[in-house]
Amino acid sequence: MTVQWTEIIIFSLLFVGVSGMGFVAARWRRPKDTMEHLDEWGLGGRNFGGWITWFLIGGDLYTAYTFVAVPALVFGAGAMGFFAVPYTVVIYPMLFLVLIRLWSVSHRHGFVTPADFVRTRFGSPTLALIIAITGIAATMPYIALQLVGIEAVLKSMGVTGHWPILVAFAILAAYTYQSGLRAPALIAFVKDVLIYVVILAAVIYIPYKLGGWGVIFDAAQAKFDATENPGDGILLNSANQLQYATLALGSALALFLYPHSITGVLASKNRGVIKRNMSALPAYSLLLGLIALLGFMAIAAKTQPVGAGTAQADSNTIVPNLFDGMFADWFTGIAFAAIGIGALVPAAIMSIAASNLFTRNIYKEYLKKDASPAQEAKVSKIVSLVVKVGAVLCILLLDPSFSIDLQLIGGVIILQTLPSVGIGLYTRWFHRGALIAGWGAGMGLGMWMLYNISTPATATKAAKPHFAGSNFPLEKFGLDTKMTIYVGLVAVAVNVIVAVLATLILRAVKTPDGVDGTKAEDYLVDEGDKDVDTTDPEKEPVSST
Amino acid sequence: MTTRQSKPRSDRSPWNWLLIVPVVLPLLTFLFNFDEPRLFDWPLFYWLQLAFIIVGVTSTTVVYQMTKKKSGGE
Repeated sequence: MTVQWTEIIIFSLLFVGVSGMGFVAARWRRPKDTMEHLDEWGLGGRNFGGWITWFLIGGDLYTAYTFVAVPALVFGAGAMGFFAVPYTVVIYPMLFLVLIRLWSVSHRHGFVTPADFVRTRFGSPTLALIIAITGIAATMPYIALQLVGIEAVLKSMGVTGHWPILVAFAILAAYTYQSGLRAPALIAFVKDVLIYVVILAAVIYIPYKLGGWGVIFDAAQAKFDATENPGDGILLNSANQLQYATLALGSALALFLYPHSITGVLASKNRGVIKRNMSALPAYSLLLGLIALLGFMAIAAKTQPVGAGTAQADSNTIVPNLFDGMFADWFTGIAFAAIGIGALVPAAIMSIAASNLFTRNIYKEYLKKDASPAQEAKVSKIVSLVVKVGAVLCILLLDPSFSIDLQLIGGVIILQTLPSVGIGLYTRWFHRGALIAGWGAGMGLGMWMLYNISTPATATKAAKPHFAGSNFPLEKFGLDTKMTIYVGLVAVAVNVIVAVLATLILRAVKTPDGVDGTKAEDYLVDEGDKDVDTTDPEKEPVSST
Repeated sequence: MTTRQSKPRSDRSPWNWLLIVPVVLPLLTFLFNFDEPRLFDWPLFYWLQLAFIIVGVTSTTVVYQMTKKKSGGE
């Protein structure tokens, strides 16, 4: 593939411009007193209004990897890849009431991470440690995957080798260190505007050039009819409908358990901002639906991935190659910059979220109990650098497909924090020991199921004996059916059942339980309420009058 | 429970039940797993699922508007 200079120059200019914004962001909405506090570095001052939150959470959840991988999935399998749409429709009404409770209790007690909440709610530093480690483990491969997004774009421009990724991540690490959450919040404006422009242009111009939507869907139908794989097609079949629904639901439950999503929520200034965003964020879901259909456009345009026909065929290059074939070079450069910058925003937020977990729930809990807010901020900043080095090493040392496996596992393991974090917002009934037992059972079962998912060999790809997806065949449970189900949902169901049974047992044998440090009204507080203290997280709540 | 406001707060409201609709509807694959009728050449599977986005936005907006007055301003 030849080197595309026009594309590279436009891409680089936009990339450099945005990096400059990342550094300047440290001075944006600057606090009066100090930046040396996790509320500032890690949560941007806990003061973001509706618009900033919309751009920030939008940039956080709808990542570059999503924009590259979802159409690649639609390109390869058809209707199944469209699960991203019901996934991102279901999520907002489902969490409308949940997230405002999380925001309130975190505002009241100065929580920065989901594990902070679990620690106070269940009086268990051990459970909090488990939640923190689960969060960090699920986030790391997600950061690495953002690099996969940038790499796909670079490959399409004919740039090979790892050095551009290293440069990009070094710059990202530097401005995240300096500006904290303010950097991705500011950059998200540029990223999202670019993405909207590119995608709207693509869904109008490409179908026009290809001869209309009818041609596109027919071409996709013809391609899937010709393959021997029974699982693909422009509609679902009897075997994968359950997988479609459970994957959408399970992914929706998992998304706001990821520490980086919670960081975005806690950075908003009041409950109203969150509620309004639950209505406004689906604008991105519409965009994602249109992006998914780029996969069919690529089929109609006969786009080939980089390395097509070989074992190294990289299906993630489908969308970049489609743009490359359809648009003028200068516009392709803008499109590629949109994807590249789209990787930086979530990567920054994820590394901040992972650092906060380390600082609050490992460093302060176990290593230095009397750490001052300034020391916490310092530790988080340094850890954010370590996290990025780790993500880069993931990409350099491991096979890229391994990061994708890890991401798959990440979704399943983060779901195992649902009983403690999600259900815990509503009830304190569970015993802390039972939650640990449930977590263990869910993790064990989830790993076993993922390990036993395999795909057969095809003409271009070798057989994959383990971790070949998240669709578990029910016949392995001894059921006489071809249906598959999403692993995460089964694992979390078992997790909850074990937690319930273990709670009953632990109560029966009178095992001591932790003390709940929250009160019912803490879950309802809003901005401006009296006696809410966010400056000192360790301060005991003032008793009500 | 002691309250520091003049009236006790609550997130409870009958309007909240409206949120169930957009959570359940997109998961019922038997409702939309069809090619016909097509809209602007799009199979039903695709346009109807995008239309569910509007259902979601409508219900969250209605619940927000109807519950914010009750609790005395959001």
